[in-house]
Amino acid sequence: MMTVHVKLFAMIRDVMENNEMQFLLEENSSVEKILELLSEKNIRFEEWRPHLRIAVNCEYVSSDFLLSNNDEVAIIPPVSGG
Amino acid sequence: MRGFQVQSMIEIAGTEIDALAILKYVGDDAAGAIDIFIGTTRNISNEKKVLHLEFEAYVPMARKKMQEIEKEIRTKWNIIKFCIVHRTGKVRIGDINVVIAVSSAHRRDAFEACRYAIDTLKKNVPIWKKEFFEDGEIWVDERN
Repeated sequence: MMTVHVKLFAMIRDVMENNEMQFLLEENSSVEKILELLSEKNIRFEEWRPHLRIAVNCEYVSSDFLLSNNDEVAIIPPVSGG
Repeated sequence: MRGFQVQSMIEIAGTEIDALAILKYVGDDAAGAIDIFIGTTRNISNEKKVLHLEFEAYVPMARKKMQEIEKEIRTKWNIIKFCIVHRTGKVRIGDINVVIAVSSAHRRDAFEACRYAIDTLKKNVPIWKKEFFEDGEIWVDERN
């Protein structure tokens, strides 16, 4: 098993009512697994899913990216800086 | 200089941004041009009166993405000095949200690089803006 740290921002933090979560996952789980778990926790997360990008250790990745122990996974809703 | 001090070229600032200090920072004897973009806080959004804004950043990634912007523009254009500073926290109407400044020998490089930098920041840098109105607040969603 491995631990991953999930960070939530802006509208997604509001939806999940949490800014940081930890998940215990089986080895070789992908980012997709995190998205599934978050969707299970809250139906409104599911609505956001098509509009989210995911970053692992500060780099954008696709949902089939394989996670490692202690990775930091950030759920990135549409950005609006500037 | 009051508040934020320009110590490195890429910053996330929790306090007021000093655009003149940044302008000085990118100045260079080899520069024939400086282009500076200053993003400010507007008092109207979708015909509603805005009271103030709040910016939230995923700081380590925002820094990294801003560093990548610098790397990228330095491969595309001849740039001398470069600076991006973005605000976080509560920002008042008229305050500066972001400053991007570029110096180069000739104006074309500075113009194009500066525009590219702000356009790329708006697409890829993990920073979020919340607008506060008299009757509520909303995270800005610029998907469409």
